[in-house]
Amino acid sequence: MGLVVVVIFRIDRRTGTAVYVQLVQQVRQAVRMGRLAPGDQLPTAREVAEYAGINPNTVLRAYRELEVAGLVEPRQGSGTFVREHLTPLPDNVGELRHELAAWATRATAAGLDVSDMQALLAEVAAVTTPTPEGLRHDN
Amino acid sequence: MTTDQATPALDVAGLTHTAGSRRVLDDCSFAVPAGSVTALVGRNGAGKSTLLRTAVGLLRPDRGAVRVFGKPAGDEALPRIGYVGQQSPLYPMLTVAQTLTLGGRLNAHWDAGYARRLTGDAGLLPTTRVGSLTAGRRSRLALVMALAKRPDLLVLDEPLAPLDPVARAEVTGALMAGVAERGTTVMLSSHVVADIDGICDHVVVLAEGRVRLAAEVEQALTSHLVAVGASRALTDLDGGKVIEVRAAGSEATALIRSVEPVAATGLAWHRPTLEELILGYLRTPATQPERKVTAA
Repeated sequence: MGLVVVVIFRIDRRTGTAVYVQLVQQVRQAVRMGRLAPGDQLPTAREVAEYAGINPNTVLRAYRELEVAGLVEPRQGSGTFVREHLTPLPDNVGELRHELAAWATRATAAGLDVSDMQALLAEVAAVTTPTPEGLRHDN
Repeated sequence: MTTDQATPALDVAGLTHTAGSRRVLDDCSFAVPAGSVTALVGRNGAGKSTLLRTAVGLLRPDRGAVRVFGKPAGDEALPRIGYVGQQSPLYPMLTVAQTLTLGGRLNAHWDAGYARRLTGDAGLLPTTRVGSLTAGRRSRLALVMALAKRPDLLVLDEPLAPLDPVARAEVTGALMAGVAERGTTVMLSSHVVADIDGICDHVVVLAEGRVRLAAEVEQALTSHLVAVGASRALTDLDGGKVIEVRAAGSEATALIRSVEPVAATGLAWHRPTLEELILGYLRTPATQPERKVTAA
């Protein structure tokens, strides 16, 4: 069993970034930096709401997004936990993210919503085999 | 998180009210979904307090209807509402402890333990007389009285205005914890946009007694864009979608109701912040009143 880790969320209200996006980014960052390990429990929506003074619905929305992304899992009646067996991210993840962001912008402009994009990505990923170039990047 | 999502906590339809010769509210319509945190934003004198007093049944409007969880506003709806106006209605001769006792006598669902915890958090001593409390402390006590009533709908008129920055963060935290624990619906007024960013999920913008915008925050932000560029390019845009244009020399900024950039050359587009969105509507009260109910 993991621990209940105190993740301190920092909300910057002056940036244009939506609060739930800030929460998602901070959990991702904490996992990437190893501050959150598989099996660790995220603070409850109530705890974050009280501590950071933000709408609990916003916290739940961020957790849902993290769940869809496969980073966390809710466990009935006990809370939200960082998933086990998370493979460490490759070094070039930033570059991949950057390319995907450009694509997401075009997809949004074309009228796709997040679930459309997820469906499309899953479909494409399912029929894609790693290219030699892709393999080189992974090292 | 709420008991009944389908019926709005507050349903305001065609509210019109006149004080003397001045029309304070002009055909206001919007809905506050159950479980939401809705901010009522407007300039001083826009009619926010009148609107809230009407919503909780303290003021009978000239025209229009208010329904609270499906029931007409008034005595029947009152036990489910916690209301804190700008003048904290407390008895100055009573002590803090006596005030809480009174709260327990007057309210059927009074939560004494919660009231004690909140007064402790607020640094209110039981033996202090209400009359000798600072304005900030008095407004915190008024808030405790509204919260300990365990209402389904909390209506707060400028709850953060009299508070110092530390108290502001504490009160916001306590409010949001209440929302998380019990799914309490909150409607609060403010003219400080920074105070409501991250707190509210719905917003109602009131300008000169009219509802300019009533929407879910995230939805409103994605359905508006800010365009920056040459004034001439901006004035060429479709007038029906342009909420506000502010020129500075030959350059201008415009708030536009559109999901995607409009085809026009030499313009930079970006997603508005909540402040840009609200200010855009607040600064243009007279043009094209937005009467449509868009909250859902």
